[in-house]
Amino acid sequence: MGPLSVNELISANTNLFLAFIIGIGFGFVLEQSGFSSSRKLAGVFYGYDTVVLKVFFTAAIIAMLGLLFFSLFGWIDLNLIYINPTYLTSAIVGGIIMGAGFIIGGYCPGTSFCGASIGKIDAFVFIGGLFIGILIFTLGYKIWDGMYLAKFLGFPKISQTLGLSDGVFGFLLILVALAMFWVAEWAEKRFPREEY
Amino acid sequence: MNKSEKSGPTKYLNPYVGGVLLGIVLLAANFISGRGLGASGAMKSVVITSITTIAPASSGNLGFVKEFRADHPGNPMKTWLVFEMTGVLVGGFLSGAFAGRLKFKVEHSPKITSKKRLFLALTGGVLFGFGAELGRGCTSGAALSGMAVLSLGGFITMMAIFGTAYALAYFFRKNWI
Repeated sequence: MGPLSVNELISANTNLFLAFIIGIGFGFVLEQSGFSSSRKLAGVFYGYDTVVLKVFFTAAIIAMLGLLFFSLFGWIDLNLIYINPTYLTSAIVGGIIMGAGFIIGGYCPGTSFCGASIGKIDAFVFIGGLFIGILIFTLGYKIWDGMYLAKFLGFPKISQTLGLSDGVFGFLLILVALAMFWVAEWAEKRFPREEY
Repeated sequence: MNKSEKSGPTKYLNPYVGGVLLGIVLLAANFISGRGLGASGAMKSVVITSITTIAPASSGNLGFVKEFRADHPGNPMKTWLVFEMTGVLVGGFLSGAFAGRLKFKVEHSPKITSKKRLFLALTGGVLFGFGAELGRGCTSGAALSGMAVLSLGGFITMMAIFGTAYALAYFFRKNWI
């Protein structure tokens, strides 16, 4: 059955319309969770507010489990789902640059749109920065295309790399997440916090 | 949703409930469209459109633009991520309206000025935009959506983003706490 658009059960235009609806859900949940506030987001790096960690890992686990169960029930063909490719060098270097951008700017791209939607001027400015950063990457692509394309490993799953089944890896990830949630609850009690 | 606190905005959702709801949205994206959520890709469409509009002649020589055009032969603004991120603006606005949080303001720690906050936001945005192109996706597209489909690259990018931010947190603490 699923994915609906890949199996052509819905048209390309319907798919775009549903992207808009999915986006509304995405933005609504982000804002309801407090992701429109850069000070709340940055809290995860100082322990005073760990909402990012809790929402992020809960969401990743729910979606991962959902996909595994949907596949088990025959509702979705996981071979037709987009799996992000792994280019080792750019995944690490890109992540490092993004991490610096996160702690300096206080937003990531998705949350900056969320912040802008309720009028955060710093979020609008961050989006302006995104434009400039992407423009620089695009115009100077010849300088870093070697790094961009280096160490292509294909489309491996982390479970394969670790030699585990998807289910066992998923179970271990849940245990890791529960341990992190426990640390997060402890940190929030220890560090003073205010609501932004 | 505490209605007795009429003076201030509504409180935020419980983060675990928010996480479950976000997970369901991400699952729906995969079930409906066979792909995860994203954010930076929509800005990439805006940049590509700007370049091809302002300098149509030279844009053909840019390798990154060529690569994008090969994947998206039509109008660069008619992509899944552009529609999704337009939805994010609507969804965020609706949530902010219901919660009484709609307000134009520069949010910053009392220890820094608005001007400094805006400078930092711009710098962070430039870095994040560049990094998201190099890393083939941001916190949404590479890290969150990549993790949900167990992509090795997604987990690596997620660890690099959060690891770096934690490693640098001490040096930027005065901007936040």
